[in-house]
Amino acid sequence: MKLGRVSGTVVSTINSPIFDHRRLLVCDLLDERGNDTGGYIIAVDAVDAGAGETVLILDEGNGARQVVGDPHAPIRAVVVGVVDELLVDGESFSVT
Amino acid sequence: MQLAEVIGTVVATEKVEGLTGVRFLIVQPLDRDRKPDGRPVVAGDAVEMAAPGDLVYVVGSREAALAMPEPFVPVDHAIVGIVDAWERSG
Repeated sequence: MKLGRVSGTVVSTINSPIFDHRRLLVCDLLDERGNDTGGYIIAVDAVDAGAGETVLILDEGNGARQVVGDPHAPIRAVVVGVVDELLVDGESFSVT
Repeated sequence: MQLAEVIGTVVATEKVEGLTGVRFLIVQPLDRDRKPDGRPVVAGDAVEMAAPGDLVYVVGSREAALAMPEPFVPVDHAIVGIVDAWERSG
């Protein structure tokens, strides 16, 4: 799984049917201390995450399809949690 | 999924069974500032409406094949949506 920060949204009307009525979040990828790594991923929102929130991203197809409840969904990345705090080497990183 | 811009089309008459009728477009993957990121790739058009100049989002690997009408086809990138708005906050 990956850590990310919600930096925006993608809006589309012409898309695969599975994306109808689902929010797509642009998530900037973070390292274990909450620092921006420069990468990003577009992920389906499963937890109503908001802009600026640090989130937990599942980036694996079978798990993602289980989360959205469709075994044929062409989805790999899903936001599955909102992160409150990171603890690394005994050091705490507040990310809210 | 990644953002990409459609920059061209591919015409291929002779194709593997299952790819009949599938449109192939050349897409340039973009970074989050919409600048080119890596080499262009050929993607199947799962929305059947994308055209050169469109901003799209693409899936790769197994998910690309799942996006196509026939889910067991040799496709490794697929366009699954055309972007109307790409909003960045902060």
